[in-house]
Amino acid sequence: MKTFIGIDLGSTTTKAVVIDEARNVLGRGITNSRSNYDTAAAVAKQEALVAARFFLFRKELSQRGVLGQNLEAFLTQLERDFRLEQYLEQLADLEGVCRRNVETAKFGDAAKGVASALETLFKLLKDEAPELFAPGARRKSDFFRDIAGAQYLAQGERVAKDAGVRYDQLLNVFDRSIIEVENRVYGASIKPHLLAALERTYRTLPQTGGQKERISAPIQAILDTGLEETYVVGTGYGRARLPFSKEHIRSEILCHGLGAHVMYPNTATVLDIGGQDTKAIQVDPKGIVESFQMNDRCAAGCGRYLGYIADEMNMGLHELGPLAMKATKTVRINSTCTVFAGAELRDRLALGEKREDIMAGLHRAIILRAMSILARSGGIRNEFTFTGGVAKNEAAVKSLTQLVRENYGEMTLNINPDSIYTGALGGATFAWRAVMEEGKMIEHREAA
Amino acid sequence: MNVKPVQKVVQKEDAMWLQKEMINQNYHEVASAHAAGRKVSATFVPGNLNELLMCFDFARRLPETDALQNGMRKKSGKMIMDAERDGHSEDVCTYVKADLGMMLQGDLGPTGEPMPKPDVLLLSYTGCFTFMKWFELVRQKYDCETVMLHVPYQGDGKINPAMRRYVVNQLKEKVIPTLERVSGVKFDIDRLREYMKESVKAEEDLVRVLQTAKRRPSPIDGYFGAVYYIGPMFTAFRGTPEATRYYSVLRNEVEERMHAGKGPVTPDGDHPGEKYRLVVEGPPNWTSFREFWKMFYDEGAVVVASTYSKVGGVYDFGFRHDPDHPLESLAEYCLGCYTNLNFPQRIDMICRYMDEYQADGLLINSIKSCNSFSAGQLLILREVEKRTGKPAAFIESDLVDPRYFSAANIKNRLESYFQMIKQKRGVKNEAVAA
Repeated sequence: MKTFIGIDLGSTTTKAVVIDEARNVLGRGITNSRSNYDTAAAVAKQEALVAARFFLFRKELSQRGVLGQNLEAFLTQLERDFRLEQYLEQLADLEGVCRRNVETAKFGDAAKGVASALETLFKLLKDEAPELFAPGARRKSDFFRDIAGAQYLAQGERVAKDAGVRYDQLLNVFDRSIIEVENRVYGASIKPHLLAALERTYRTLPQTGGQKERISAPIQAILDTGLEETYVVGTGYGRARLPFSKEHIRSEILCHGLGAHVMYPNTATVLDIGGQDTKAIQVDPKGIVESFQMNDRCAAGCGRYLGYIADEMNMGLHELGPLAMKATKTVRINSTCTVFAGAELRDRLALGEKREDIMAGLHRAIILRAMSILARSGGIRNEFTFTGGVAKNEAAVKSLTQLVRENYGEMTLNINPDSIYTGALGGATFAWRAVMEEGKMIEHREAA
Repeated sequence: MNVKPVQKVVQKEDAMWLQKEMINQNYHEVASAHAAGRKVSATFVPGNLNELLMCFDFARRLPETDALQNGMRKKSGKMIMDAERDGHSEDVCTYVKADLGMMLQGDLGPTGEPMPKPDVLLLSYTGCFTFMKWFELVRQKYDCETVMLHVPYQGDGKINPAMRRYVVNQLKEKVIPTLERVSGVKFDIDRLREYMKESVKAEEDLVRVLQTAKRRPSPIDGYFGAVYYIGPMFTAFRGTPEATRYYSVLRNEVEERMHAGKGPVTPDGDHPGEKYRLVVEGPPNWTSFREFWKMFYDEGAVVVASTYSKVGGVYDFGFRHDPDHPLESLAEYCLGCYTNLNFPQRIDMICRYMDEYQADGLLINSIKSCNSFSAGQLLILREVEKRTGKPAAFIESDLVDPRYFSAANIKNRLESYFQMIKQKRGVKNEAVAA
């Protein structure tokens, strides 16, 4: 079947969205940009195509009435099992690379000990893997580097101690190996992994075993039907890396404007706060960009600002918002510079202010910067759509809502749970238009 | 086998080579002035009184063009840092700092020749308040004579007779006597008239050249090309036969391109084809000038008109130096230069350009270190958008501070802007088709 793909190569994460001929969103994929846009684009696209398969499984199985009420539970389990299969393959790959790197690491006499510690460690990691993907398991991140890294660190210390080798040597091996593994795409493994995952799911949910044939046949049929990548549009900072001609590249301003319009057709003003950019975009009733403003020369007030503060506080990025929500007052943070804000943060802590109150102040500081960019772009008009990674942060949303009300009155504020995919959705819609409305064909990039 | 990389030859029009020669010649004249028994003047570009200075045989320095020449030759970064080390704040105009830094480095000019101490600083004050501070610093450094011509701002959007009289009186009572005293040359108004006759010829040709951009495709770039074209006019050459010759060569060259249906010449050769026609407000960035220009022509953008190419004086609405009323026309020239116009006038001018040059939009390059002219640019942008219905965009860089040119960000904004124009155009065409 024909699919239209948008890829948003951002500074922190790379996102992809796949839509069909009727402009239904089939799947979304996300991965860390890992300083390698080629891999990031391939992985994000692949993830989106996997999600598209699941969408089609759901549609097909539900149309056939297979599994009835248990369909969701089955598919959720299947996805977990699929992730587990994927994780196990990458883990085996990581083990192989680590072993090879021990040999060249110049550990001298310690090499043998480290190799044996690695064997123990990877056995433990493999044994633990199913737990990570068990129902209800909480993972701080969905990216292999983060999951495997966290497990490796957690178990590595004890394994090193027991084996009598130095912990830092184990870490050294991991650091040397992860980039290589992270930069592999494993494109060919999707189908076998899905089939293997299916068998696992039948074992986990034995009550479904009786319907095995009715379930497997449509899934197999979907796997056999190719998802044709009819047209791809890339956006974001890494867009020039896509293997397509200039025709396939759109600026993220246009993509965010259009993506927001597709999500909320009445959108007039869009605010996007990403890793290093804050964009204020005015769109017309058709989603066409009328004007835009971006932060300039300085990325204070962008997502990275929160990342920096999280590091300063020794917290996870996703923990900042919830902490700020516990504030009973908002401490004033005046600095617009990320590093100075860090200094202010420590100063306020030293003065005995509560962490949550300071956090509330920091979130407000970011939004104040955004308000100024919005004002420059022509102000906020109804409806107002907030997108980008920071739109997921409830404290940022709270500050924004408050400041919008104070400055512009009551407005409809749209925040989509998938707002991080806005740019990619806009890209996919441009891809759809290129083929369906303008009759274009895919054009590959000329060799440099 | 090692293949030696081929040095890419930068493409220039004949007039550009000619101009380069003229500029180098002028630097040489300035450098050797004292040895030749000539006095040296320094003055600013907007509303400069070149013909008048020529009447006193001054060799003529222009500190702004020194700074921009140093910027284009990648020398300004170090100069600015030296000036900052000497106590000048990060927020000070980078032209000023490049100039002061050049002095700190031993006063070697952009061509490497020594720059002599000016014998007189002629400050024609035409809207930029930094000029006053700049010459105060230069005066302190060189301990030389200063004379100021105060040009009243066109607050009401027009030049009234009292304003003209006020400027003429200053010329008669203050400026001319000072220049006579410093130079030892008696003022001869007929000599001024003769120079002005040359000015008019050159001005006529320059206007014709800039207005060829009304054609499709435009044979010139009215910003990146025009900053070269205005060089002789706004610096030490207006009123000289060399300038007249330069503009005649330029006009022939451009008209030839126009008749051949060709686009502008870029450093990479012929323009790849006009897709977007823009009006630009604000000076270009000089330290990354070619890189900045490339971002335009690579995407098929041509600037058809710019306000910066009128920074020395505005000719396209009819003003010419008038040999029959020389002092009055000097006054008129200073009063009418772009930096002395009020906001409504600047907005009118831009809207007129948008219309007459059939532009697709307005781009503002706002200068980080220019406090005089960056204020209010967003209001200009809004108003022009409102009146013309055409999209506008805003980027920021700096004149000659290489630290303030973020290529990735500027490219990103420009590409977004061009795509926005394209998208809007598509919608308009659909509406017409329907």
